[in-house]
Amino acid sequence: MIYREAGQFKTTYGADQAVFPVAQDRVVVAAAVVAAFLVPPLVASEYWLQAVLIPFLVYALAAIGLNLLTGYAGQLSLGTGGFMAVGAYSAFKLATAFPHLNIIVVFLLSGLVAAGVGLIFGIPSLRIKGFYLAVATLASQFFLIWLFNKVAWFTNYASSGTITAPDRTLFGALVTGPNSTAAARYLLALGLVAVFAVVAKNLVRGRVGRSWMAIRDRDIAAEIIGVRPLRTKLLAFGISSFYCGVAGAGLVFLYLGSAETLAFDISISFLVLFMVIIGGLGSILGSFLGAAFIVLVPIVLANAPHALGLRLPVALQKQIELMVFGGLILFFLIVEPRGLARLWQITKEKLRLWPFPH
Amino acid sequence: MSVGRIWIAVLAALVITAPMLAAAQPKELFIPLLVYRTGPYAPSGIPIADGFLDYFTLLNERDGGLNGVKVAWEECETQYDNKQGVECYERLKGKSPVLVNPYSTAITYSLIPKAPVDKIVVFSMGYGMSAASDGRWFPWVFNFPTNYWSQASAVIRYIGQQEGGLEKLKGKKIVHIFHNSAYGKEANPTLDELSKKYQFELTLLAVDHPGQEQKATWLQVRRLNPDWIFMSGWGVMNQVAVKEAASVGFKMDHLIGNWWSANDSDVVPAGEGAKGYKGATFHAPGTSFKVHADLLKFVYDKGKGSAKKEELGAPLYNRGLVNAMLAAEAIRTAMAKFGNKPLSGEQVRWGFENLNLTEQRLEQVGMKNFTHPVKVTCEDHEGSGPVLIQQWDGKKWNVVSDWIAPMRDVVRPKIEAAAVEESKKLGYTMRDCAKEK
Repeated sequence: MIYREAGQFKTTYGADQAVFPVAQDRVVVAAAVVAAFLVPPLVASEYWLQAVLIPFLVYALAAIGLNLLTGYAGQLSLGTGGFMAVGAYSAFKLATAFPHLNIIVVFLLSGLVAAGVGLIFGIPSLRIKGFYLAVATLASQFFLIWLFNKVAWFTNYASSGTITAPDRTLFGALVTGPNSTAAARYLLALGLVAVFAVVAKNLVRGRVGRSWMAIRDRDIAAEIIGVRPLRTKLLAFGISSFYCGVAGAGLVFLYLGSAETLAFDISISFLVLFMVIIGGLGSILGSFLGAAFIVLVPIVLANAPHALGLRLPVALQKQIELMVFGGLILFFLIVEPRGLARLWQITKEKLRLWPFPH
Repeated sequence: MSVGRIWIAVLAALVITAPMLAAAQPKELFIPLLVYRTGPYAPSGIPIADGFLDYFTLLNERDGGLNGVKVAWEECETQYDNKQGVECYERLKGKSPVLVNPYSTAITYSLIPKAPVDKIVVFSMGYGMSAASDGRWFPWVFNFPTNYWSQASAVIRYIGQQEGGLEKLKGKKIVHIFHNSAYGKEANPTLDELSKKYQFELTLLAVDHPGQEQKATWLQVRRLNPDWIFMSGWGVMNQVAVKEAASVGFKMDHLIGNWWSANDSDVVPAGEGAKGYKGATFHAPGTSFKVHADLLKFVYDKGKGSAKKEELGAPLYNRGLVNAMLAAEAIRTAMAKFGNKPLSGEQVRWGFENLNLTEQRLEQVGMKNFTHPVKVTCEDHEGSGPVLIQQWDGKKWNVVSDWIAPMRDVVRPKIEAAAVEESKKLGYTMRDCAKEK
């Protein structure tokens, strides 16, 4: 009834190709973005911003990055944690070596460094596919972590091997470092994610995205119609690593404040891959849904016994949390193997017919 | 599909209600406990958390709290993971805690910058950032009774004693096997400096998280054939290392764990092979102290204990007791000045900084000869306390050394230099301790 496009006529090609062709979608998304910028900084407690929303945004960015590579270009990667580490460590080096560099520039440059590293580790993808490629990218994960552990230059010779986000301002407000407010860091993270999500959405609608999908669906056919596998695959690795690099910088600068290489170990790579799979391969919205699922559900499960007034031993609670979390992953994958984004799409289609199902 | 929707609705409802219900504030002293009772670090995490809990239960049961103020606490599982630790801290911060024990060097590094902002004391007893021992730069961080650098120097002094004098160390091969994390690396700079000073050959061997795979490390040990091994391990890494050392036939009494690497849970899995393994500590093992008798009487006989009775007295359990006692005494010091009521973070910080734990006071709390007296000052948040060496005889730990003093002349200048370095990163300025009195 409310969600119906009857009467919305498209008179130009532009209107037909819009990101959100339906007027209601445009309104809802615009309202959601505005609300995301306005409501949490005013309403949410520090716990919500610091422990829930900021990690959600950071992981969403990483998930978009991996989704471009795995969901759209079809290249399975387990190197996400390594590429995030590249972003984090280059952001740290840039921010400490050039204290006057704008923090946004630091983020973008560290993304570029990660993109460069991604290009190098993307080269094997030209010869190997599928699980074999996953193993090759796994090598990048281990190599990069080993490198940052081994070479003290990356941590400015800190004895503990820990990198710490310095205080940096943007428009006169502190946005990174220990003295910045959670709200300021949240807004910066949200700004980055919003911009990069729009860029990603447009990338995948355009020529680049279509060539990625052609490679994903059948690389030989794609090659025959004129898509160059070398350029396309490397581009996917580069752009994906750029996103992961910025997310890694965000992980340290906006979320944790300080980190060692352990923060980027293999479990992060799996976590981001799970986000992409649960959220929906080949969907930008899915990246957000997947990140929300992986970040929020454990926190909800950790808080649930308290909210219900149960006093469980923490070990038992953690084990229950892991079991329920695993169960939920299985449940959603069985109910909808194509991810949460597909569930949302089905919901929308049903809503269109509602209240008359036929 | 409908089941899925119900799930989503339930989850959504929980998301919204959870923080609201958690916001109620008690009129007690609240202490958050970041613990890890699951995962690869649980073998180390469980006893220390049990010791900590039991001591506060004892205070509440026997004395009705700290000078009449009840102590409340809440555990939060971190799995020794930085991100989960920060989440726990943020969650429990809402209950206005006065101090936090992160039980992880990495989490300590994450919380140090937050401490002055949130006005919560970070008490990293014998772990965390060694540089934070300089209280002029780090007013909110305390790591007494002693830190990693002091420990490393004390262990080198002990090795020197065993070899017949520090000058005999020349040309000896010493290996440091460490957990490849902020924690494990912490001792390296001091060991490096001491190796130059006493001209022993130092080899650093890293073991990656979680430490279950150490074949390559011990192959290198076999090749090097070192005279002594010093180990900074944690969790499951320790028992694997002790087992590997036994299987490569290394002389166990030349393998010294740091104080986080010498617990019952680390040696029991290696069986007979672990006999002779040594470890550093800053308190005695065993249950022959009054505090243990009190624990049995007031806590365990009432069924309020968190460990099993036979687990009392394990080194890490006892460390939990010491940790809780030091925190309690610091709060008492603050109460002597500010009154017996729930205190603020600033007041407790003052208590920590003016803590003077004497021999008499230790006797009063039932810990005579259990641990060493500590005096904290504005400049010195570490106390540079001495270290004991304990040895596993196959059944229990025995103390086999006197109190060994750290090399303060080497360590303190390093701490002061590192404090400047670390504070620069955080944009701190040095305070003038003369004005603090």
